[in-house]
Amino acid sequence: MALTGLDIFKQLPKTNCKDCGSPTCLAFAMAMANGKASLDMCPHATEAAKETLGAATAPPVKTVKVGVGEQEVVLGDETVLFRHDKTFYHPTALAIQISDKLSGAELDAKIAKVNDLVMDRVGQTIAIDMIAITNCSGDAATFKAAVEAVAAKAKFALLLVADVAGLEAAVPAVAAKKPLIHAATAENWEKVVALAKANNCPVVVKGNGLDDTAALVEKVAKEYKEIVIDFGNTAPAKTLGDMVNARRLAIKKKFRPFGYPMLACALAADPKEEVVEAVTYVAKYASIVCLKADEKQFLLPLMAWRMNIYTDPQKPMAVEAKVYEIGDVGPDCPVYVCTNFALTYFAVEGEVVGSKIPGYIVAVDTDGASVLTAWAAGKFVAEPINETIKACGIMDKVNHNNIVIPGYVAIITGKLKEISGLDVIVGPQEAVGIPAFAKARYPQLLK
Amino acid sequence: MATNMLKERYSGKINTVTIGATKEQGGTRTSTVTVGGDSTMPFLQFEGEMPLKPVVAMEIQDINPDWHPVLNEVYADVINDPVAWAKKCVECGADLIYIKLAGAHPDNGNKSPEECAKVVKDVLAAVGVPVIVVGCGEEEKDNAVLPVVAEAATGENLLIGLAKQDNYKSVTAAAMVHKHKVLAQSPLDINICKQLNILISELGFGPENVIIDPSTAALGYGIEYTYSILERGRLGALQGDKMLSQPVICQVGYEAWRAKEANASEEDFPNWGNQAERAILWEAMTAAGLLQGGAHIMVLRHPEAVRLFKANADALMVKPEI
Repeated sequence: MALTGLDIFKQLPKTNCKDCGSPTCLAFAMAMANGKASLDMCPHATEAAKETLGAATAPPVKTVKVGVGEQEVVLGDETVLFRHDKTFYHPTALAIQISDKLSGAELDAKIAKVNDLVMDRVGQTIAIDMIAITNCSGDAATFKAAVEAVAAKAKFALLLVADVAGLEAAVPAVAAKKPLIHAATAENWEKVVALAKANNCPVVVKGNGLDDTAALVEKVAKEYKEIVIDFGNTAPAKTLGDMVNARRLAIKKKFRPFGYPMLACALAADPKEEVVEAVTYVAKYASIVCLKADEKQFLLPLMAWRMNIYTDPQKPMAVEAKVYEIGDVGPDCPVYVCTNFALTYFAVEGEVVGSKIPGYIVAVDTDGASVLTAWAAGKFVAEPINETIKACGIMDKVNHNNIVIPGYVAIITGKLKEISGLDVIVGPQEAVGIPAFAKARYPQLLK
Repeated sequence: MATNMLKERYSGKINTVTIGATKEQGGTRTSTVTVGGDSTMPFLQFEGEMPLKPVVAMEIQDINPDWHPVLNEVYADVINDPVAWAKKCVECGADLIYIKLAGAHPDNGNKSPEECAKVVKDVLAAVGVPVIVVGCGEEEKDNAVLPVVAEAATGENLLIGLAKQDNYKSVTAAAMVHKHKVLAQSPLDINICKQLNILISELGFGPENVIIDPSTAALGYGIEYTYSILERGRLGALQGDKMLSQPVICQVGYEAWRAKEANASEEDFPNWGNQAERAILWEAMTAAGLLQGGAHIMVLRHPEAVRLFKANADALMVKPEI
């Protein structure tokens, strides 16, 4: 977001010396805001002004990368507060905790378990993103050993959580994996930031609330800019408030200390409460959420939520245009035709499952538009439906000549019958009517 | 260094709507539920008020709905008896009881309007919390049933529905005459949502009598549409749009328990983990997600999902020092 003339004016020397060619500093500021002048035309601008005003053209939230190669996680680089304004770009990374109190076979088992947190859902592979190794033992050598053991086997990027001694012991050993270091605090930041800089690893700056964290980030950013912010989560409502304020200030006011990705830790002890708590952080701007939960049934719903929130609202969600077999299908089963808009398809699929009558669903490629939208755009009318039916070969799999179309496009029935030679049955308008429709029409197939 | 917080200044706020009426108010409820009143985006209490906490309505039906096995197990002893079922829900923490009159459907027993009204009266007699009543979904039948139910429950200040864009007059008129609130449902479309509220208010039934149902999509199945519509509606209300200022109800249970992730067994999908816990979380997390969008009443089914949701809402309602 561009700065206003007044924002720029505040940073100018206010000498009104005309050396820049404008009659006053305010006039020069207005010219800059309109893109008609640049700061280098003012010979008296301070270094601070150059940095802040230069930052005005930089993205509001810096991109920070953790991990290397296939394990790389990209954080930050967001531009909006509400997904409907544009989209959220980089899905929240989920970091699962491993304590360094584990060792030997226990540690190996835990690493294997966390490595296995990879699942398939609606045709996509989804997984956690990071493994957080925590220095629960309090001992630097133990931490180093655990970090090395995890680094050797982990399928994900690393987050190293320890005090200065622990980090100084462990970071150099795994620096090539570009772990994220947690955390630089008011007490230790000089040492931790020096360590991060020397090993070229991103660092978490952990403060206590907005003011404290902003002050600390300002100090750190003078030395090193590969930063992730942690407001020191003490309660969900506070973390929500802190993150909303920080992201607003970064985007709307170009407030640089908050122009970095943010990390939040779920506090609840019970894993189910923990993932429900994380829902808020995924929706409200956290780039990383740290969790202890390590069971698939807990993480699958959270991953689905992340997937949904980070879906681009401008691109309709589509399923693959093909024939779907619902249930134990046979040659007597009904053939339903719908569009490949994901919501349309899933509505139909859900009701066909609910009808307890197996069936085929042909999802016609409508570029992810719903039934009426696609019909209005000429993508869900007789010709393309006929072509899809012929091309997918569905009628060879059944021993009848019937297809069921959505009730809302009953108007295309005649034309579709004529060009396809099929018996076109007009189904219910809403998918919710499918079970009743199917039971009335195919009672012999009821399971 | 003091960071200047960026507080939004909103001109509008969400209406408050009260459901239920006590003896003094002409009903028989032992408690009422009031929702809404927010003058900020969800839980941002540093810049506005969020005076009332979100509430849970637990769903029961007048006939055995043959639900998901995990739910059938919980309600096995009460699922054929709406009265016992409602009592059990109140024990599980329900702030309201949501009755779906599924048995009125021509394919589901075709109960008469009077039989339906009796179920509602029996539940009202058995529990003290406010009650939401929705029909079976067959419009013609619901238009016959809901006015009779509304009359039988006169004074109880039910929330009654569904009112839809092309079928809102009969239920709205019944609610007006018998002093109930209306549940207005639009199909994931903020323009239709607003239009429906306008149509209802043009009947002389003001916005203080309406609860919005924007249509709920479950986690993994379009929840982001509902979420963004909630956010847009809430922003509209805060900017002063009276026809988007009604509190919001989300019918979570019905959608969440239909999701494949709730229904697929661990044998078939070993990679998805324990089915019962996954199914319960599917409901709880659909609710938690929509809570961030700004919903006020969640219609839920499983007691553990209710517990998880309430713990989440309570934690977010704590006003923090920022």
